[in-house]
Amino acid sequence: MANVMETLPALLEKNSKIYGNKPAFREKAFGIWQTWSWKQVHEEVDRLSLGFLELGIKEGDHVSIIGRNRPQLYWSILAAQNVGAIPTPMYQDAVAQEMVFPLSHCSAKFAVVEDQEQVDKLIEISDQIPDLKGIAYLDARGLRNYDHKNLHSLKELAALNSKEEVLRTELIKRQKNQNLDTKCVLLYTSGTTGRSKGVVLCNKNVLESGKAGIEFDNINQDFSLICYLPMAWVGDFAFTMGLGLQSGMCLCCPESAETLHEDLREIGPSYFFGPPRFFEALLTSVNLKIDDAGSVKKFLYRYFMGVAKKNGEKILEKKSVGLINRVMYLLGDIFIYGPLKNRMGLSKTKVGYTAGEAIGPEIFRFYRSLGINLKQLYGQTEACVFVTCQPDGEVYSETVGVPVPGVELKVSDSGEVFYRSPGAFLEYFKDIANTNKTKDKTGWVATGDAGFIEEETGHLRIIDRAKDVGKMKQGSLFAPKYVENKLKFYPNILEAVLFGAGKEYCVALINIDLTAVGNWAEKNNISYASYQELAGNSEVYNMISDHIREVNESLAADKSLSGCQIKRFLVLHKELDPDDGEITRTRKVRRNLVSEKYSDLILALYKGAKEVFTETEVTYEDGRKGKISATVKIQDIQETVYQNEVA
Amino acid sequence: MSKASISIGGVTGKVPVMEIKNIVLRFGGVVAIQDISFDIYEGEIRAIIGPNGAGKSSMLNVINGFYHPQEGEVWFRGRKRAAMKPYQIAHQGIARTFQNIALFKGMSALDNIMTGRFTHMKKGVFSQMIWKGSAEREEYENREIVERVIDFLEIQHIRKTPVGALPYGLQKRVELGRALAAEPQLLLLDEPMAGMNVEEKEDMSRYILDVNSEFGTTVALIEHDMGVVMDISDRVVVMDYGKKIGDGSPDEVRNDQAVIDAYLGVSDN
Repeated sequence: MANVMETLPALLEKNSKIYGNKPAFREKAFGIWQTWSWKQVHEEVDRLSLGFLELGIKEGDHVSIIGRNRPQLYWSILAAQNVGAIPTPMYQDAVAQEMVFPLSHCSAKFAVVEDQEQVDKLIEISDQIPDLKGIAYLDARGLRNYDHKNLHSLKELAALNSKEEVLRTELIKRQKNQNLDTKCVLLYTSGTTGRSKGVVLCNKNVLESGKAGIEFDNINQDFSLICYLPMAWVGDFAFTMGLGLQSGMCLCCPESAETLHEDLREIGPSYFFGPPRFFEALLTSVNLKIDDAGSVKKFLYRYFMGVAKKNGEKILEKKSVGLINRVMYLLGDIFIYGPLKNRMGLSKTKVGYTAGEAIGPEIFRFYRSLGINLKQLYGQTEACVFVTCQPDGEVYSETVGVPVPGVELKVSDSGEVFYRSPGAFLEYFKDIANTNKTKDKTGWVATGDAGFIEEETGHLRIIDRAKDVGKMKQGSLFAPKYVENKLKFYPNILEAVLFGAGKEYCVALINIDLTAVGNWAEKNNISYASYQELAGNSEVYNMISDHIREVNESLAADKSLSGCQIKRFLVLHKELDPDDGEITRTRKVRRNLVSEKYSDLILALYKGAKEVFTETEVTYEDGRKGKISATVKIQDIQETVYQNEVA
Repeated sequence: MSKASISIGGVTGKVPVMEIKNIVLRFGGVVAIQDISFDIYEGEIRAIIGPNGAGKSSMLNVINGFYHPQEGEVWFRGRKRAAMKPYQIAHQGIARTFQNIALFKGMSALDNIMTGRFTHMKKGVFSQMIWKGSAEREEYENREIVERVIDFLEIQHIRKTPVGALPYGLQKRVELGRALAAEPQLLLLDEPMAGMNVEEKEDMSRYILDVNSEFGTTVALIEHDMGVVMDISDRVVVMDYGKKIGDGSPDEVRNDQAVIDAYLGVSDN
């Protein structure tokens, strides 16, 4: 029999013996949190495994998992592994055509999906994915009248069946074939640069990197985690399956994507991961609510946030703080921080992480000063997340921390960061060339990120994607993402795309944040009917140009990056959208695609035009296409005139 | 028109759950409905369409028992219906939504949908006040049904939001929820998609189809959007100036000359 600790299903079995009736999964359904104990989950996965065997899933088959975070889908992942198949979670909000590539690339034999929406998508593309032999669904709704020849309900699959003994023998046989080197999961990267790649992780990768994460922050079985990030993303897989199953913590699934904040508040997770965007949006909503609050509340908030700013981080890091300041902070905790943290659902958070993008220093400090132990980590799909993390007490907004246990780090002469770790992936699926290019024979993996190790702290600091870092015409460094992040720290700017490699100066395409700018517009009596109209407003242009001027000032102070100052910009007439392929589902800008799609705008920016007419193709949520056209204004930074055009 | 001449769409069963026979409805001198007959089969989606002022809403109000026609009969489940109050009709298993949303604006979505359970609550005022015991159990049972409706319509995130603060499309959905909570046998929808954008319309169509297929609820709806009507309904009645000018499957109705004339107008020459 396989070593108890070598596979995730084996871990589940172990947990069911140790933790028994302790909650393993929770999901809010019908307005109430439903709970499954480790024992129950083990039984469910066991039954489902037999069901999968009966369907004829073979060892090495790929089983696609498509849906939002639901306990039953996590169980399907475990059941697939249990029968020796390789689970392949996919982004559930992808339109049907986007699913063709991953499904056909891995020749998925079987798909476990959440509901009718996903079933419809698979039926739509069935001609293009001939390998798919069957679909199992979780929610039966709307599927009653479908042809059920190759369509199965997950519930029925997990029901008792007559051939149990035969199947059981087969299951045990297959479990014995599995070890640390067995493929654990196939994850498709979001594909920031062109086609997405299928990253194969083996059991050892997932277990070892999970173990490192647990040791780093002393996670135990009393922790809880809220599972709300896409199941197809490595982070969700590593946190739920890698960390979750090994630590025995409780995994909680929200009722729906829209109820996340309320569910978060009810659960109060002790381990929390959110992308910078999440924390930004949360802070924006706090600020908006405070703006609408009464004057007493406003005063208390302003006053005590001042106190927190001064001493909050020091108290969190257990540094010495004077008695009076401590008392003031305690009062602040009673009046402001405590209730605020409770509202945000972060009052019980012992470990909070953010990663994926740079987080604004102001935002980062806001959460930390409230006493939330928010830290940064640096990870990759290829590393099964964990490369570096910030240890408690050593948290800086510009760095991403030190290597987690077992990870070695080095920076090449060209400035690219390399790592070697037990979590480092097995291979890119069906792509030996890229595998060899990324991972060398001795196990060093190229991250594709440019960075350096800070001398005074020993922490890793990431500047940009290595291949995006370029040179301006006059030879100075061009680091687009660095500048874009600086711009995005302004709540009014949702996205920014910088161009300038090989040119004399930089130009930028800007997306405004409709919530923040919309609220500002409302306060200033600026009426608008759509994003497009607000984006074209000249007051909005002036506001953005103020932000850009501030960024330029800070860039001018940095010798190596002073060439990246922005001379001209425009506010895009539409939001960059994953449905149009302009940004990935994890909201990273696809630079090449954007520069091709908006080449007319970029040309106009460099030609010195005052405005430009453009027509853009857009994709609606259901996959249909349409066109929007607009005349987009272009503004120079030096020549900003404070005009009053609003009637 | 006699029953025999009614053309039949692709409907299962074909057992009439409701028969409208020669209805005439007058408001003073104005004739709103002139001698209209049609029937609604068990488990079908039946649409009533027509230009503005054709008498569609009046027809729905007759079915609903809100208007009492001067002539004609309404048969429900094989029995001729006497003049009833709307609440008596509701007790018979007929629920409806309104063209202009009629919700309790200050109450939460949950409470609004809960009012749909009113006809199913049997405990008296006093045991409700004391609440413990059977009244408590009854509330739990009803709440569970309401939660299933909320889940079905995917409105978990607005469960506790006052309805007045919700956008129009969601208010429409809450109103459908209230009607569904009554577990009706016949569901009447008065312009369920009026004022909605394309995506909201698609959502609403999906809910109507799902209600019909999941719970086997018979649906009668009035709608202006021809595309939606033709896509989701099994049979269509077309009205114009209070008269029935067409009846049949969407395809038949679409090719009917009288219907085309009513919708596109007739040229004089």
